Amino acid sequence: MSRDARPSGSPSSAYVIEDAWAKLARATPARIALGRAGTGLPTREVLRFTLAHAQARDAVHTVFEAEATAAAIASLGFETLTVGSAAPSREVYLRRPDLGRKLSQEGRAALASHAGSAPDLALVVADGLSSTAIHAQAAPFLAALKPHLAKEGWRTGPVIIASQSRVALGDEVGEILGARAVVVLIGERPGLSSPDSLGLYLTFAPKVGRSDAERNCISNVRGEGLSHDHAAFKLAWLLREALARRLTGVNLKDESDLLLVGGKPPAMEIGR
Amino acid sequence: MPYRHLIGPRAYVFADLKELMAKATPIRSGDMLAGIAAGSAEENVAARMCLAEVPLATFLSEALVPYEIDEVTRLIVDTHDAAAFRPISHMTVGDFRDFLLSDAASPQALAALAPAITPEMAAAVSKIMRNQDLITVARKCRVVTKFRNTIGLPGTMAVRLQPNHPTDDPAGITASILDGLLYGCGDAVIGINPASDSVPVLSELLKLTDDIIARFDIPTQACVLTHVTTSTEVINRGVPVDLVFQSIAGTQAANASFGIDLAVLKEGREAALSLKRGTLGDNVMYFETGQGSALSAGAHHGVDQQTLEARAYAVARPFKPLLVNTVVGFIGPEYLYDGKQIIRAGLEDHFCGKLMGVPLGCDVCYTNHAEADQDDMDTLMTLLGAAGVTYIMGIPGSDDVMLNYQSTSFHDQLYLRDVLGLKRAPEFEAWLQSMGITGPDGRLKPPGGANALLAYAPGLAA
Repeated sequence: MSRDARPSGSPSSAYVIEDAWAKLARATPARIALGRAGTGLPTREVLRFTLAHAQARDAVHTVFEAEATAAAIASLGFETLTVGSAAPSREVYLRRPDLGRKLSQEGRAALASHAGSAPDLALVVADGLSSTAIHAQAAPFLAALKPHLAKEGWRTGPVIIASQSRVALGDEVGEILGARAVVVLIGERPGLSSPDSLGLYLTFAPKVGRSDAERNCISNVRGEGLSHDHAAFKLAWLLREALARRLTGVNLKDESDLLLVGGKPPAMEIGR
Repeated sequence: MPYRHLIGPRAYVFADLKELMAKATPIRSGDMLAGIAAGSAEENVAARMCLAEVPLATFLSEALVPYEIDEVTRLIVDTHDAAAFRPISHMTVGDFRDFLLSDAASPQALAALAPAITPEMAAAVSKIMRNQDLITVARKCRVVTKFRNTIGLPGTMAVRLQPNHPTDDPAGITASILDGLLYGCGDAVIGINPASDSVPVLSELLKLTDDIIARFDIPTQACVLTHVTTSTEVINRGVPVDLVFQSIAGTQAANASFGIDLAVLKEGREAALSLKRGTLGDNVMYFETGQGSALSAGAHHGVDQQTLEARAYAVARPFKPLLVNTVVGFIGPEYLYDGKQIIRAGLEDHFCGKLMGVPLGCDVCYTNHAEADQDDMDTLMTLLGAAGVTYIMGIPGSDDVMLNYQSTSFHDQLYLRDVLGLKRAPEFEAWLQSMGITGPDGRLKPPGGANALLAYAPGLAA
């Protein structure tokens, strides 16, 4: 929920004590200067909070529309392949992170025909903890990434759409494909003010058992956060460095900001 | 040595003390994930009945994590106070529970016992205690600490003012600090979780909080929650640091995954002490813990997560911390599945910490993928308030916009003070009155004109 949704102009109850420092709220997205009813939150604030929590909960539990996601990505000109993790349901997925990191047997079989195709970059789209994020951000982000892929001549192979999956599932996918690197686009753990945030995890030489310290993460990709263009620019920068230096993780610091022009990435010509 | 317990015709056998402890633990998802939880409700109770008959002294001879490979076990064993242990040395775990609930376990008696109680003993007795037992006994434990004020006095509860901002913007953090102070929060610490780990950013935040505290002469302390080695580096650069922070866990291997060991903590403490910034006392450390962190790091040695959490308090104890808190629901549903498990864990952690003589507070919190909501937090904070919790978090509107989880708010502490009659640290309470923020009864005064604090943000004040 953005700050704008707050009905600041509406009259509040006579029993609400407003805070005399409302202007402070301009400086932060934090919920300050809320006023109070006795020691409690005013009705408008308790309901605004409850709505934000409901949206975050829905983001976790909304059924992942893998086919629709695949169709949207296919319309960008990517080949797609749909797989599932070893977690059969959302409930199991939440309790058993280990199962979300492994392909199901069917998923492994589906990838077999592409085994050893050795793309430069394997692309994995994973629901993670917010299918809402994938529904909203995955296709637009890939559209922003596409000109970078074309410019560098990176081969990608099919985009793997993976349901009930966690970041490390990309290691198994990348290992089967023999990819030089894998990027996992994943729905991040939703916050109250960010139910639809996308994370990008890049891993060089993916194989089962890689640790999180061996990945680079680009976080908070969403409307109010990092833009799709900026995230695509960062990912392309990191991948170029990763392929040249043959590593990702704590020893690869993201210095792409040094190349920004006026705080923004240089423009890409679409279709180049 | 195997442990056996008969339920009717059925014999339950537990291979060792570690297995017995794990199977006796009230059910939680993290122990299930580790594959060490009881297989049935009956086995869970059989293990508790068996555990109740284990002599406390057994915990001094049978290590759950081997002495040879774990410096936390060595710390626990080597610093155990045998003289203080004598009054309870003949007791079983079950006797110990009865004793703790009795009038014989007075606040004075419990304080004297604290150095005799190992984390495994505290965890064992907690496993056969109901929630009300955990509250009754914790309430009798007194742990008082001091830096620029006095925390942990009977009838008081402090609050950490947590003014986080997604990009560490100083104006945004200032706005949340002022809001929190004007709601009467901040006696435990003004503690910022930075988004960045860059030394210039951290230094700027430390100077900001130091400036606010100095300008208004606030009897409290500040902390930027970054790695202990980073704090040490910042101190060496001459930046004002009140409290040194670190996340800690209950095994050497889990601590290694945090990039620390006991020697590194000692260096951090000595760096903070060298600044001599405390006016009333020299409790300069701030630790955070949470059930599940060892399993998450693949460093649990087959020990249940609640026992390992109590071992984290044994890590904290020799460093004489001002504050320790269990961030109980932050880790996620694979460790604590729902509101019921989070509530139980919060009460267990608080009890174990207090029994061991550690100033335990609680980040009463949950993430959006756990089966929990703000009603569960209302329940846990009320129970912890009754149990005499040292402090809770104060976060604007319960919504941490940097860490993306929900905790307790500036409003929540007002509620607890009203319902349970809890006061603030006395020096801070007096300061709030002198600033016209609260009245003599500790309640917020009705609004009347702009408070002097707002002069700190001239462009933003009303």
